[in-house]
Amino acid sequence: MSSDTVEITCIACPVGCDVSLEVDDGEIQSIEGNTCPRGADYAKEEYRNPTRILPTTARVAGGVLPRVPVKSAEPMPKPELEDAMAEIAAVEVDAPIELGDVIVENVCDTGVDIVATRDLPATEE
Amino acid sequence: MTETEMERAESAQSAAEAEQAIRRETHDLVVVGGGPAGLAAAQEAYDQGVEDIVILERDFELGGILQQCIHNGFGLHYFDEELTGPEYAQEFIENVAERGVDIRLNTMVEEVTDEKIVYAVSEDDGLTEIDAEAVVLAMGCRERTREALDIPGDRPAGVFTAGTAQRYINMEGKMPGEKAVILGSGDIGLIMARRMYLEGADVEAVLEILPYTGGLTRNVVQCLEDFDIPLRTQQTITEIYGDERVEGVTVQEVDKDFEPIPGTEYDIECDTVLLSVGLIPENELSEGAGVDMHAVTGGPVVDDGRETSVDGIYACGNVLHVHDLVDWVTEESMIAGRSVAKQLQGDIEVREDPIEIESTGAVSYVVPERITKADDDREKLPLYLRVYAPMDEVFVTVECGDEQLAREFERRAEPGEMITVDIDTEALADLPENRLTVDVVPKEEI
Ligand SMILES: Cc1cc2nc3c(=O)[nH]c(=O)nc-3n(C[C@H](O)[C@H](O)[C@H](O)COP(=O)(O)OP(=O)(O)OC[C@H]3O[C@@H](n4cnc5c(N)ncnc54)[C@H](O)[C@@H]3O)c2cc1C
Ligand code: SF4
Repeated sequence: MSSDTVEITCIACPVGCDVSLEVDDGEIQSIEGNTCPRGADYAKEEYRNPTRILPTTARVAGGVLPRVPVKSAEPMPKPELEDAMAEIAAVEVDAPIELGDVIVENVCDTGVDIVATRDLPATEE
Repeated sequence: MTETEMERAESAQSAAEAEQAIRRETHDLVVVGGGPAGLAAAQEAYDQGVEDIVILERDFELGGILQQCIHNGFGLHYFDEELTGPEYAQEFIENVAERGVDIRLNTMVEEVTDEKIVYAVSEDDGLTEIDAEAVVLAMGCRERTREALDIPGDRPAGVFTAGTAQRYINMEGKMPGEKAVILGSGDIGLIMARRMYLEGADVEAVLEILPYTGGLTRNVVQCLEDFDIPLRTQQTITEIYGDERVEGVTVQEVDKDFEPIPGTEYDIECDTVLLSVGLIPENELSEGAGVDMHAVTGGPVVDDGRETSVDGIYACGNVLHVHDLVDWVTEESMIAGRSVAKQLQGDIEVREDPIEIESTGAVSYVVPERITKADDDREKLPLYLRVYAPMDEVFVTVECGDEQLAREFERRAEPGEMITVDIDTEALADLPENRLTVDVVPKEEI
């Protein structure tokens, strides 16, 4: 039997309760420490499928800046963050770029696109 | 001043010396700084009927500090949607562009006088003297530097403020180093720990002199815990060593008076130190204009319209007090923009009996510090405040004599998070005295 306690800090509000999950073979048995129901929902989701928005930058050719800020259009699985960084680092986009342009499609096969978060004009001339 | 700013200033000076014609202009409203504060003030003033507006921005583009804050977490209050800094900025840049506001980039404001004469220099136009009817100061803030803190030791390369490193990485694509120690656990320090880590650097530790972090719990979880970056509280850097480049730092535990405890020192090898030890409103221009300054915020003292002690000079955003959420910058700047418009149109009414707002007890400051305007079609008047130390389950109260004007519950109050409380403007019509006190009290004491 693999019974475990998993500690998760709830970030659904600024109080930041320490929530502990009793987990048995991957099944959540009990939840403690949350002072409101949102904490239980958050902890369940964070245990089963933690996701994050990934904000970073991508290389640009011919722009007023050499980098354009980008983000994952939706929260993506947390374990994929570092691989996604590598995939984004491998691309170079040509300016001009518009906010919302897809920079990497379906990053790491997660079904999530990496999109530009600003307009970036090309250098004049 | 940066080097280019200095060069610009010098070239402007020699231009003046050669008795070249100084450009002279008059405008209704001059906004100094094109960050979110300046943009929102300009937009709102325009929407309230002021058409002759000029924004002067020293950088090559608008948007201010937001352009380097590429992380998400902006706009939840204002747009009801979580945006990154650049996305938030772009919305307001487009808004002022659509309104045809006169935008002058690469233009450094050198001086603002108490007569609202604004002196600006740019490479293209040289020195321009603008006689303005009203001025909005929106220069933002700057970071405290190592010098301000006096860490002993060598002066090797590799020590950056977190904001400078943020600009290098996010806008210029340059990494400041490979192995970093971050001093200060406010949100900027936490965000930069994640950023350096994801860009491939080792982040050895984030050190915090206080017993608690100054950043949001969410950032502690998503920027440090996600990547196993250690946060060490009640510790500080007591020495930075290295010849040309940083080679390491000496860290010591501190006691409750922040004095290093002998015998606790240990070394961390690193090539980079990021300082995230606080922001200070950028107020050289404000002081030059002779506005009264506030001892706690480091910004001008303002009234409910964000007008300073000098008639027609307004201030909003980080120049006034450091904001942690840009949404409040926008709200505050719109208040300023609206008030400017009313003044320029001559329909502002001034209260015969200005109301002073005082902070007491656990409250470190409240903005605005007084209420002088009476012209009210606004329903609510928001007060912005901060507390000295973290507290759980509190009520924020606004009182006048025996009367309570507002009371709001907060599950948690932290120095790093600005609190807002709204007063119903109707309640201001008939007050027992011309002084409001704002306090934050634990739930049990109510
Ligand atoms: C590093 C950092 C990280 C942040 N992270 C977050 C976050 O995660 N979420 C959030 O909601 N908020 C965040 N904030 C807060 C928010 O971004 C700021 O409160 C907001 O950008 C302040 O707007 P501002 O217009 O007052 O100042 P700024 O954005 O600093 O704009 C000031 C502008 O004035 C210009 N200027 C200054 N002096 C002159 C002069 N003499 N002449 C001409 N132009 C001048 C500057 O170039 C700049 O463009 C962060 C702030 C900082 C500093
Ligand atoms: S459990 Fe409830 S009160 Fe505690 S941090 Fe989460 S949302 Fe806030």
